[in-house]
Amino acid sequence: MAKMPERAKISVLSRRSLLISAAAAALSPLLAYAASRDTQTPERSKEFEEAFASLTGGAKPVAHDIAVDLPELADNGNFVPITITVESPMTDADHVKTIHILSTLNPRAHVATFQLSPINAVARIQSRMRLAKTQDVVVLAELSTGEMLMSTTHVKVTIGGCGD
Amino acid sequence: MAARNPRFKLPKNARIGDVIEVKTLIMHPMETGNRHDKYGKLIPRDIITTFVAKYDGSQVFRAEFGTGISANPYVSFKMRVPGPGVFEFAWTDEHGIKTVATAPLILI
Repeated sequence: MAKMPERAKISVLSRRSLLISAAAAALSPLLAYAASRDTQTPERSKEFEEAFASLTGGAKPVAHDIAVDLPELADNGNFVPITITVESPMTDADHVKTIHILSTLNPRAHVATFQLSPINAVARIQSRMRLAKTQDVVVLAELSTGEMLMSTTHVKVTIGGCGD
Repeated sequence: MAARNPRFKLPKNARIGDVIEVKTLIMHPMETGNRHDKYGKLIPRDIITTFVAKYDGSQVFRAEFGTGISANPYVSFKMRVPGPGVFEFAWTDEHGIKTVATAPLILI
C-alpha cells in the first residue's frame, strides 16, 4: 500500500523533469546563437589556419596601411565585390609585392593572389569573390621590405555561395 | 567549359606618366567542384587559375585564382603609363587552355 503514492510521486517528478529538459533543448540553439553573435569569437577553418601560417611563416602581420572594402552584408555570397588598397609609395625600394585574399570559412581558404610591381604606381585592386557563409575575410599584403600587412573584415552573408 | 568573350576597359585618353585603371572580365563558370547537378552528380572543378597582364611584352600584373573567385572573374588594377604600348591579357584555365586578348593603349 505504501508503494502506490511513491510511484505516483516518481511519475510526477519525471514528467516535470521531462518538461524542463524539453524547454532547455528548445532554448539551447537560441542561446548558442545569441552567444555566437555576442562574443564575436572568430571561427576559422583548419585549412585557413594552415594557409595563413604558410603565408606568414609564423610571423605576426601588422594591421595598418591596408584598406579592404567589402559589403557589411552580402545578399548574394556568389558575388561579393572586394576592393583592396594598400598605402605604399610603390617605389623600387618599397612596394607591395603580393596581395592574398583568404576566407576563414569557405570550403577552400585560398581565394586569390595578386602580384604587383612598381609599375602599378598605386596598390589598388578590385575583384569579386564567393563567400559560403557569414565569416571573416583576411587580406595579407607582402611588401618588398619584408613586412607583412593584414586586414580582417567581417561579412554577413544572406545566401551562401560556393554551391551545395 | 572554355572561357569566352574576354573584355577589358582602358581609358580613352591617357598620357604618359598617368596612373590608369585597367578593368578586365572574362566569361567563365568558375565551377568550384562542390556543386551537384540535378541528378546529384558532383560537377567537376573547372576554374581559371591564372590571369597575366603584359604591357609591351613585360608583365605588369598577375593574378592567381582559387575557387573563391566569382564566376566570370573580374579584376581591375592600376598602372603608370610608361609610354605607348600594347596590352596583352591572358587567362589560363587549369587544363592549360589559354585565352588571349590584345589592345593598344591610345595616348593623347
